[in-house]
Amino acid sequence: MYRAKQCKWLMTLSALLFSSLFFSNLALAGWSDVNMTQGVTEISREVYDLHMFMFAVCVLIGIVVFGVMIVSMLLHRKSLGAQPANFHEHTGLEIFWTIVPIVILVVLAIPATSTLRAMYDAGDSDIDIEVRGFQWKWQYTYLNDNPGEEVKFISALKTPQEEIHNQANKREHYLLDVDNPLVIPINKRIRFLITSNDVIHAFWVPAFAVKKDAIPGFVHESWAVVEEPGIYRGQCAELCGKDHGFMPIVVRAVPQDEYDTWLAEKQEEARQVYETVGKQWTMAELMETGEQVYNQTCLTCHQANGQGIPPAFPSLVGQGLTVGPIENHIDIVLNGKSGTAMQAFGAQLNPAQIAAVVTYERNTWGNAMGDMVQPSKVNEMIQSGQ
Amino acid sequence: MSAVIEEHHDDHHHGPDKGILRWVFTTNHKDIGTLYLWFSFLMFLTGGCMAMVIRAELFQPGLQIVQPEFFNQMTTMHGLIMVFGAVMPAFVGLANWLVPMMIGAPDMALPRMNNYSFWILPFAFSMMLSSLFMEGGAPNFGWTFYAPLSTEYAPPSVTFFIFAVHLMGISSIMGSINVVVTILNLRAPGMRLMQMPLFVWTWLITAYLLIAVMPVLAGVVTMMLMDIHFGTAFFSAGGGGDPVLFQHVFWFFGHPEVYIMILPAFGVVSAIIPTFARKRLFGYDSMVYATASIAFLSFIVWAHHMFTVGIPIAGELYFMYATMLIAVPTGVKVFNWVATMWRGSMSFETPMLFAIAFVILFTIGGFSGLMLAIVPADFQYHDTYFVVAHFHYVLVPGSVFSIMAAAYYWLPKWTGNMYDESLGKTHFWLSFIGVNVTFFPQHFVGLAGMPRRIPDYALQFADYNMISSMGAFLFGFSQLLFLFIVIKCIRGGKKATSQVWEGAHGLEWTIPSPAPYHTFSTPPEDLREAHG
Repeated sequence: MYRAKQCKWLMTLSALLFSSLFFSNLALAGWSDVNMTQGVTEISREVYDLHMFMFAVCVLIGIVVFGVMIVSMLLHRKSLGAQPANFHEHTGLEIFWTIVPIVILVVLAIPATSTLRAMYDAGDSDIDIEVRGFQWKWQYTYLNDNPGEEVKFISALKTPQEEIHNQANKREHYLLDVDNPLVIPINKRIRFLITSNDVIHAFWVPAFAVKKDAIPGFVHESWAVVEEPGIYRGQCAELCGKDHGFMPIVVRAVPQDEYDTWLAEKQEEARQVYETVGKQWTMAELMETGEQVYNQTCLTCHQANGQGIPPAFPSLVGQGLTVGPIENHIDIVLNGKSGTAMQAFGAQLNPAQIAAVVTYERNTWGNAMGDMVQPSKVNEMIQSGQ
Repeated sequence: MSAVIEEHHDDHHHGPDKGILRWVFTTNHKDIGTLYLWFSFLMFLTGGCMAMVIRAELFQPGLQIVQPEFFNQMTTMHGLIMVFGAVMPAFVGLANWLVPMMIGAPDMALPRMNNYSFWILPFAFSMMLSSLFMEGGAPNFGWTFYAPLSTEYAPPSVTFFIFAVHLMGISSIMGSINVVVTILNLRAPGMRLMQMPLFVWTWLITAYLLIAVMPVLAGVVTMMLMDIHFGTAFFSAGGGGDPVLFQHVFWFFGHPEVYIMILPAFGVVSAIIPTFARKRLFGYDSMVYATASIAFLSFIVWAHHMFTVGIPIAGELYFMYATMLIAVPTGVKVFNWVATMWRGSMSFETPMLFAIAFVILFTIGGFSGLMLAIVPADFQYHDTYFVVAHFHYVLVPGSVFSIMAAAYYWLPKWTGNMYDESLGKTHFWLSFIGVNVTFFPQHFVGLAGMPRRIPDYALQFADYNMISSMGAFLFGFSQLLFLFIVIKCIRGGKKATSQVWEGAHGLEWTIPSPAPYHTFSTPPEDLREAHG
């Protein structure tokens, strides 16, 4: 860290120089629209300083190089009667403009190296959260030694389709709002364990200067200590298919006691869900829950009317799985279909939700199978490894 | 074929064949150069139309014109067509026209292969474009086609894409072998390597880059093909493979590829600036060494495209330092161009305007490139519009401007007529304004947090996206003016002299304008001014 301090004066100086030179007359309000956020962690501020430092260096080099060009273009014109000089090489000059950039690069590399080392410092964490990318939503799991108390939920876009398709006015936080934000306490070291269930996504929260690819089959980590309570918004930053632009990340950073209350509630919910699996559900309950699950999970591909977008996303109406044997239907929803976009939803939905959505699909849009699935049946299939 | 040989014996006119078959069977480097250039312009307009669709959709927040599936197909095809269909063939076309004339050779060394390497391209691109009409749509996984989005999750048309990429690779490899053999074997007797024009030097180095990396691209798409159809798991973690392996192999091709698209541009600019400054190129030797250094460095920096994939810190630091080093030889080139202009006697015809704009705007792209090299900051820039702004600055006012500069510069030599100078300047200023209005605001939205490759965006990005779209329409439609100027120049105009430009030096300016169908059947003897 001492190296970071060494160049701090350099970075501060140039950042000051730059901002006074170029943006002194820009209203502060418009600033965030054109520049990187300073963020709310020590690391994010270091990154911001580094960014401004490099920007200042580039601007200064630009002024010198373009300045010489412009002077030359103004003075050395044929129309002004300029006579061409004869020089065409100078070894000393060549060495000079090789050495000077190297020196500048070393000056840039020193703070960059120390910031990077700080970012890679994998110390102990207070809270570990698994971040799992799905097409096209995020799942957050608060890792807990006691599996019964593990809080796990899906976080998906909340902006309604009407706003996206210009049938309703776009509200604040358009495309940057989710149903269930990630909640973390401030001033605690949070470790994100980032992975994916299908294609590569990237978990990016600009205010924390955290961006890491979520890669299927691999777990990468990143961390943040957030200093100010607030709501921080980011987006998936790696092309992941059709709805890549529609899987935002929202993090709510709260004081410790508020976090404790929230966590206790979530843990209670988790226990209740666990219990619902054992209970007998009525058709009406299954249909109601099924519709919610369908709208949240299945609709983007199979569409509101169940017609899908063939051939990638087949229709569920009057053909195929939804009117075939019920075991096959449950199996595909649980385990996905390899070689297609159909994922294994066993990882993101609980048995009650799977039972409900299967029941719903078999009894809506004119599908009238009349049968239903109990969560216990789904649980049996999971247990038997089907 | 036999007709050509007979003609050789009986007729000393040595003119081209008549009709369409002239173009199908031609082995003449000038004809093939013309074919390449027209093909590349056609692809430039095709890829440009796709860019117009993208910018029209991004004109306002919300989904208006296209759906996300089609939007992704547009970004993918736009990138692939511009890289492989517009920029690369344009430079091959320039090489075909100019390399033999610059080194005093009668033609390319392997004329029949030259014909094949061009005629593969229309088939490759027809195949790739036809995927737009296939069930499931065209490739939609970005021009970088990261697995597993491009394998397990790809539309069925991915197989056609793979085959098209193979064809393009074959064409590029044949074309670059031809360039290497021509330069090394067919130089006029007495011409030393260090006497060649810089355009020839940059193409020699580019050709070696192509020969080195196109097989790597062929390898990576073949691995995809195996994963998709033959049950392997190179890129699937479920089968013991690694999705990140794809990115390593792809970028080992991809990084040299971006220099393949810029080195010949350096050569073009190094020809044009001395001509219009009426002063010899400053630091010829250091320009050659800088080009070679950039080519070498291009092989050892590939993972700077992958800073966020979870590389260990030692790897991140290495790739950061190596990437920063590229700024040194690149800086040398820029300083040399500026020194060439310094105390010259400049005039600002259209080629010079494009060349100066190249130096300034390419340098701006270089600055953002340097910023992107800094790993901690890259974590914020990566996969945002800041990156989009960066690579468009080096590719559009970089490579594309150099191609336009080259077209204006050598058009009188090719057609025998001067182009319309005031229309040319109008085209330049429209393009210059258009390009900056399009891409400069993209730096802002990128820094403010807009990811790339999204069909819809949050409201705070709306203003700059609208400005960017308006710039894009201006730039796009200005290119129709370019087409008009070129056609007008071919059809007539003020007759060009042999030298065309007052300050032009080099062997191509010693032959008449338009250049006869066959040139340098006997090698030139006076090589003093070979590299100006």
